[in-house]
Amino acid sequence: MTEHVHAVHPEPDMVQLLTPEGQRVEHPDYPLQITDDEIAALYRDLVLVRRIDTEAIALQRQGELGLWASLLGQEAAQIGAGRALRTQDMAFPSYREHGVAWCRGVDPLVLLGLFRGTNLGGFSPYDHNFNLYTIVIGAQALHATGYAMGVMRDGAVGTGDAERDTAVLAFFGDGASSQGDVNEAFVWSAAGNLPIVFFCQNNQWAISEPVTTQSRVPLYRRAAGFGFPGVRVDGNDVLASLAVTRKALDDARNAQGPMLIEAFTYRMNPHTTSDDPTRYRLADETETWKLKDPIARVKAYLTRQAAVSHDFFDDVERESQALAEHIRVGCRALPNPTPESVFDDVFCDMPDELREQRDEFVAFVGSIEEVTA
Amino acid sequence: MSEEPKTPVTMAKALNDGLRKAMEADAKVVIMGEDVGKLGGVFRITDGLQKDFGEHRVIDTPLAESGIIGTAVGLAIRGYRPVCEIQFDGFVFPGFDQIVSQVAKIHTRSAGLVKMPITIRIPFGGGIGAVEHHSESPESYFAHAPGLKIVSCSNPSDAFWMIQQAIASDDPVIFFEPKRRYWAKGAVEDAPTPLHTSRVVRPGSDLTIAAYGPMVTTVLEAASVAADEGHDLEVIDLRTLSPLDMPTILDSVRKTGRLIVVHEAWRNVSISSEIAARVQEKAFYSLEAPILRVTGYDTQYPPSRIEEEWLPNVDRILDAVDHSLSF
Repeated sequence: MTEHVHAVHPEPDMVQLLTPEGQRVEHPDYPLQITDDEIAALYRDLVLVRRIDTEAIALQRQGELGLWASLLGQEAAQIGAGRALRTQDMAFPSYREHGVAWCRGVDPLVLLGLFRGTNLGGFSPYDHNFNLYTIVIGAQALHATGYAMGVMRDGAVGTGDAERDTAVLAFFGDGASSQGDVNEAFVWSAAGNLPIVFFCQNNQWAISEPVTTQSRVPLYRRAAGFGFPGVRVDGNDVLASLAVTRKALDDARNAQGPMLIEAFTYRMNPHTTSDDPTRYRLADETETWKLKDPIARVKAYLTRQAAVSHDFFDDVERESQALAEHIRVGCRALPNPTPESVFDDVFCDMPDELREQRDEFVAFVGSIEEVTA
Repeated sequence: MSEEPKTPVTMAKALNDGLRKAMEADAKVVIMGEDVGKLGGVFRITDGLQKDFGEHRVIDTPLAESGIIGTAVGLAIRGYRPVCEIQFDGFVFPGFDQIVSQVAKIHTRSAGLVKMPITIRIPFGGGIGAVEHHSESPESYFAHAPGLKIVSCSNPSDAFWMIQQAIASDDPVIFFEPKRRYWAKGAVEDAPTPLHTSRVVRPGSDLTIAAYGPMVTTVLEAASVAADEGHDLEVIDLRTLSPLDMPTILDSVRKTGRLIVVHEAWRNVSISSEIAARVQEKAFYSLEAPILRVTGYDTQYPPSRIEEEWLPNVDRILDAVDHSLSF
């Protein structure tokens, strides 16, 4: 059979385990053993991360955050991937992976400092094996690759010890797939057979540019040229995202090398709270994707097919309210840094010249405060 | 310590010995770059290290500088201490983003919770008859960026000690190696001096010349000629470019009252610009003459047939000395 090159393949194979209508379906390559209780737990995750997102947008509108990058529509891709990780695995996010952070156990308030302007990140990647948000598009793909080189050098791949074998999960988007750093990360990981999974959330838009601006072929197919498998998964299907990422991470831990997952999803909101998508895309498109909502299909499944009580949904709603309150109160309580703190962590070992600049700055700020007091 | 005079070694050998010491001292030190393994690097600075420490510690990387630096960042996050080789000065720019946007910033971004103990070795400077992109002096780009430390060695002893100190530093260090001095020999001293200090390599009373890397040898030659003409020049090997060791420079200028800064790098917004600004700020009344600079011109690096005229040389330095002394 001859394969013809299309501008973009019209209907490529896409792994789906839960239809938009909430029907469980099987895929021969990605069987998923999962209980209804486990699906209910995923539903809880989906609802709570959407709530985090909703509250953060509200806080931005109230002037409490300078900016927010919404994950609306991408919850399933992120929760599926995030719940596929084991404790010892390391995740390298871009700046929209609030759902992955949630799965890793990162308090949402920890993420807000960057967007509120109280810090530049300010948390340790080692606390939850979740790296700092990285804003330069695609740069983290190389950091993840280097980390995977370290994992390999530590002998933490392919030992068969489930507590020891470690994989790395690198997140980026369709826009980042054009970056040199992402392509270099592919080259490196393939050549080194590294324990890394590249998780590309193709949300169809890089700010105003549709994915056709980035690629002539479906993104998952690029992996073949680099020498490792690529697969497209329904990014609005949390079960598919979980099953495919779990398999990819297992393979990586077992020294089978890298894999590219393209989670086919949609950025329902503007790129960030500063963006205006009415200038570049039709509302019709968004309406179409609403029918594929990642949460609605899980709720439909749980309601119709699983023995989940009304109490469960009420409990999740109560938890969601409590989380929202935690974010609203906690955000406002995030402490402003002192002006001179900007000098604190430029270096481990601060040079005298910088210390002098800091002292000069502190003295000047102090002198202004005296005048205004 | 042996009383026997040590056998002089080339700077290339001293660097190789220093790298070996650093790898022996810390199993987390890994060397990575293009051709650093079996070949030992195009300048043979890593010669034999892969054979002795293995492919997992001396890594022949794919040919991509951003990848070299970016993966070093990831290795550092995993607890490694990478030493990256950039093959030539003019090839560092594909890695520039990872250096200034990631390596330089991650310690701050993480509120001091993630260290970036990365050393980036860059053979730099001209005078070897090379083609385009192989003779540049890009140090100012990096000195401008907060979060990076920049040093340059001028002799085998400093090369041996400074490379070990740079690797031991928990802060990222860009290590500029004067490639035209790789084959110059010198004895290695028994003990190091602190990394971020400058050194008076020739005491004098009439005028101070500060230089670094390849130009230190040239300036010392000029000082010898000047001595024959009755001028007693003090020469400072800066060694550290960011941070600068201003006390050493200021002490000298307060003594001599005159300063010339020499480097191969372009003049505009350069290390010499910064030194001149700081010296006039701190030692204005000690100055007997304007601070002069002998540098590369603000042109593209020339074709090799005319690089000797373009580069600072003994004649250009002596001309500046005459101007300063006659002011």
